[in-house]
Amino acid sequence: MLKLDIFLSALANGLMTGAVYALIALGLTLVYGVLHIINFAHGATLTAAMFAVFVMHNAFGIDPYFAIFILTPLFFALGYGVQRFVINPASHGDDSNILLVTLGLSIIIENALLAGFRSDTRSIDVPYGFSVVEVGNLFLSTPKLVAFGASFVVAGALWLLLARTDTGKAIRAVAREKTGASLSGINVDHIYAVTFGIGAACLAIAACLLMPTFLVNPRIGNAFVLVAFTIVVLGGMGSITGALIGGLIIGVVESLSGLYFGESLGQIGIFLIFILVLLFKPTGLFGARA
Amino acid sequence: MAPWLPIIAVVAALALLPLGLGSNTVLNFLSFAMIITIAAQGWNILGGYGGQFSFGHAVFFGTGAYAMALLQVRFGINPWLALPLSMALGALVGFAIGFLSFRARLRGSYFALVTLAFAELFRISANASGFTGGAAGVLVPLRLDPAQMQFADKRVAYWLALCFVAAGLALTLALARSRFGAQLVAVRENEEAARALGVDALGVKLKAITLSGAITASAGCLYTQKFLYLDANLAYGPWVSVEALLAPIIGGLGTVFGPLVGAVVLLGLGEVTKTVFANLMGGSIPGVDLVVFGVLLILCVAHAPRGVLGLAGRLLGKGRARP
Repeated sequence: MLKLDIFLSALANGLMTGAVYALIALGLTLVYGVLHIINFAHGATLTAAMFAVFVMHNAFGIDPYFAIFILTPLFFALGYGVQRFVINPASHGDDSNILLVTLGLSIIIENALLAGFRSDTRSIDVPYGFSVVEVGNLFLSTPKLVAFGASFVVAGALWLLLARTDTGKAIRAVAREKTGASLSGINVDHIYAVTFGIGAACLAIAACLLMPTFLVNPRIGNAFVLVAFTIVVLGGMGSITGALIGGLIIGVVESLSGLYFGESLGQIGIFLIFILVLLFKPTGLFGARA
Repeated sequence: MAPWLPIIAVVAALALLPLGLGSNTVLNFLSFAMIITIAAQGWNILGGYGGQFSFGHAVFFGTGAYAMALLQVRFGINPWLALPLSMALGALVGFAIGFLSFRARLRGSYFALVTLAFAELFRISANASGFTGGAAGVLVPLRLDPAQMQFADKRVAYWLALCFVAAGLALTLALARSRFGAQLVAVRENEEAARALGVDALGVKLKAITLSGAITASAGCLYTQKFLYLDANLAYGPWVSVEALLAPIIGGLGTVFGPLVGAVVLLGLGEVTKTVFANLMGGSIPGVDLVVFGVLLILCVAHAPRGVLGLAGRLLGKGRARP
């Protein structure tokens, strides 16, 4: 009986972490779906957002959940500006150049954080950090439950935005047929930048949801970025449903392999899935395009 | 003979450098720059000439470094024999990764990602396994004896690394002038067209990654023999991969001298930045040199797609427009 409880609690933990992973992967998959590029600066941007939450909490006493309302628009603007004024002009629109420019950005962000905050690992101390909710025999961490719920809300909002708004329609038009969209009067550069901004905004929300239970150091983006790539590849590049389900699967895989094979091997499981999916089914579970 | 003259001149000049400069710091810098140059030369064959951007060349560097250390420490094999064995292992890892990825038709960002994942897989495994010494790393015992490839005179270690750089330069030039080199460039420019003309694209890419793996592994071997210590982050860390790809991109992608120029410029600027900031702020600041690398990468992609060499050619008015 006890064994089943441990299994169920690992499963629940995996699902809760997986939902935040999904949120991180959403921005990446959206940017891929529209710009057809892989944003290597995704992990570093998440780290920057986590440090922003840390500074807001420690210097100004701002609660991470309240910080969502400040950091989301801020990171949207940052993402918009970076795509419009750095990535786009520097890469001349060439795919391998974009790869290199985003790699350059990730090096800059990560090491600027290292220079500013040193390599120490930091966390924030909120009163509800260790509070739990009892469900049956399981004790579930409240901040993780909040993150779980919020991730679905954000994914739903993103879906509504894409399906129902004019901006969403323009984004989908650019993703489908760039030249056609531009001929019908859509400003493609603007839509690219908006998409990039949404990706960064998702990261800001994820950072606010993660900080009450996670640690941050300048190099943590590396760990997250490969997880996010794995989810995006597993779910199918550009698929939002795929990112959600992929996130949950990866969260559970990490949690269960951590339980049965030890902490360090949980990560190995993720890389193996990543390589195997790329090699044998690069379109992922929900991807339409090869 | 004429195309080989620049290589002979550059290598001769580099060989004479330590005779004029007695400083240990400069010598250490030069030795390290040569090791990075070799890793970058390996990357340049696959990435520069073949157009396959690997983000995980640490996998070859680390395999060479670990094989070199473990063959000596665990199996008592002489380093002069361990060196070719380690390079062969690097070639084998290159062939295996190439076989898996190119057969699955991975290219562009997908290839970059899968190489990164392989490097991380190796890093975590090396960090977790008892055979590789786990997180504590491997220590090669100090035995200052040329027969053990350890030299009391630091200049000899530098000259040894320089020999590998020279061999790499000669090999790259030979490759650029060969039929295989032409096929590689054809695959880079347009794989479908190359295949339509009868080029065995898979075979060409496999040859390139195997060669690339062997060369980059030799850089790892020299690293082990110079520093006599390594762990998973030094050998397989993402920084090795980044330096291996930054040097050719900054120096000049798909050129013979690009990796050498890039490595010297990159590491030189890194040292200057570290010193300037240490003097300004009264203490060393981690990461500032790497911020400069990132800025340099973006500036190069934006304004000097042919790297420092291309830029120099343009400034000297000798820049020829590419056909």
